[in-house]
Amino acid sequence: MAQGVFVITEQRDGEFRKVSFEAVSEGRRVADGLSTDLTAAVLGSGIEGIAGELGKYGADKVVAADDQSLADYTTDAYTNVLAGLIKSLDPAVIILGATMQGKDLAGRLAARLDAGVAMDCVAVKLEDGQLTYTRPMFGGKVLADVEIEGTPQIVAIRPNVMTITEKSKDCATEKPAIQVGDVKTAILEKIMDTGDKVELTEADIVVSGGRGTGGDFAAVEELAAALGAAVGASRSAVDEGWRPHSDQVGQTGKVVSPTMYVACGISGAIQHLAGMSTSKYIVAINKDPEAPIFSKADFGIVGDLFDMVPAIAEEIKKIKA
Amino acid sequence: MEIVVLLKQVPDTESMISIADDGVSIKKEDIKWIMNPYDELAVEEGLQIKEAQGGTVTILSMGPQKAIEAIRTALAMGADKGVHINDPATEGSDALATAKILSAALKEIPYDLIIAGHRAVDEDNYQVAAAVAEFLGIPQVSMVVKTELGDGKIKCHRTFEGGSVVVEAALPAMITTQRGLNEPRYASLPGIMKAKKKPVDVKTAADLDVDPASVGTANRKVKIKTLRFPPERQAVQMIEGESPAEIAAQLVKVLHEETKII
Repeated sequence: MAQGVFVITEQRDGEFRKVSFEAVSEGRRVADGLSTDLTAAVLGSGIEGIAGELGKYGADKVVAADDQSLADYTTDAYTNVLAGLIKSLDPAVIILGATMQGKDLAGRLAARLDAGVAMDCVAVKLEDGQLTYTRPMFGGKVLADVEIEGTPQIVAIRPNVMTITEKSKDCATEKPAIQVGDVKTAILEKIMDTGDKVELTEADIVVSGGRGTGGDFAAVEELAAALGAAVGASRSAVDEGWRPHSDQVGQTGKVVSPTMYVACGISGAIQHLAGMSTSKYIVAINKDPEAPIFSKADFGIVGDLFDMVPAIAEEIKKIKA
Repeated sequence: MEIVVLLKQVPDTESMISIADDGVSIKKEDIKWIMNPYDELAVEEGLQIKEAQGGTVTILSMGPQKAIEAIRTALAMGADKGVHINDPATEGSDALATAKILSAALKEIPYDLIIAGHRAVDEDNYQVAAAVAEFLGIPQVSMVVKTELGDGKIKCHRTFEGGSVVVEAALPAMITTQRGLNEPRYASLPGIMKAKKKPVDVKTAADLDVDPASVGTANRKVKIKTLRFPPERQAVQMIEGESPAEIAAQLVKVLHEETKII
């Protein structure tokens, strides 16, 4: 019978993504609840050195698939290797981060393993041995509590939501034999964004601008810099060409769950609210006291963002100095 | 070039969603239904490739009777024909079952390239395209913002957090769309008129050799136990003051004391 929890971590250039520690921590909680073991997998090239880090968050065992052909993520190679590992370990639950890589992988793996996927989960609950996963649907307008029939159950967790808990385990790293198999795609080039931009979906704080900026994001960027935050944008700001598509927060953009979301000059269209309503604290700055954003915010300021946002940035800088 | 676009009709993103009395589905009446926004990009990309290379664009969609509206919209944009899987037995299928049905339909449709939205903005599962690719044994490239075709291959710019990669896949292949790929055209009036005469094949699960007892709500692997609204936030606390500086100071003080963020 399938048992055990299997976490698929994600690393880039020898560094784990934060969501990997969230996934291992959540995996530990689930494994403890089911009184079972937690195995974490890391795939890449030259990653043996970092594999041990996963023991810090409660992995009983790490399997490191270390191969030149796994240096960059490809759906085929990663699916082949992971499906092989999963078939031999026969876990009951598989947890991974719902990143762009995780989303690409989960659907393929699910079809290969004939497994159900709870995508983009924001909570995992264990009651009487039954796991229930909470996941937003319709862009977060509703939450669904879902159960998965059969094993393995694949759970993709939304980045930035699950708590990272350190729970040191004496953790051994194994290097299993792997089957990379047939890979039908080739990576020709990798283009990294320049500068040390904070990634929207992983940021602790997001400062977003909307139509109210009139295209002038200087104040938004200044506040983001003062807070060490990522910059986001509403759909109208993106449609106007003021910001790239990759900055868009909303139902047809990125879904973010930062500790604090600051909406500057964003009225709060339903499709925008869908992309940020799981933020822990929401601050709204808008000229229009009737703007719908205020009904979703924890703290509101009615005023001109070009006066207010720089003033807040000044105040933050003062405190941080 | 034979191009197939996977298409789904979904509630408009500007729609309010209400939960039906059964507690596990949404009220489907009084909602405006649209083509999934990511599928609009897929149709547009298919049309641009067809215009450059020749070929046909076939729309493949599963959904109830009214889903024909979304298929007709795609035909009005310029797609050539449609296949509509319209069978009450398939209603409520989860992502894996949906992928099985679509894959079965694709056994009868020639394709060099399949294009789909990276997700449908209803259940937000992000799975159907990848699962279809797996069932068909073809490569997938997801969240694509640029394509280049040539030599029996497709070169795609695929986005990820913090950058992008250029991926090459041999055809036949599946790609999924991301915003930024193109600007979908509007259906023209002559286009709408022409669309009415374009062929749409209607299929049932049985037509596709799919066992109706393996799909639909009753056979979901991912079972929805309850649908609920996210918890309401506490009433907003408005920060007021005489000057921007005073308001800013007040806000930062509150954030510092109450939320410990700063």
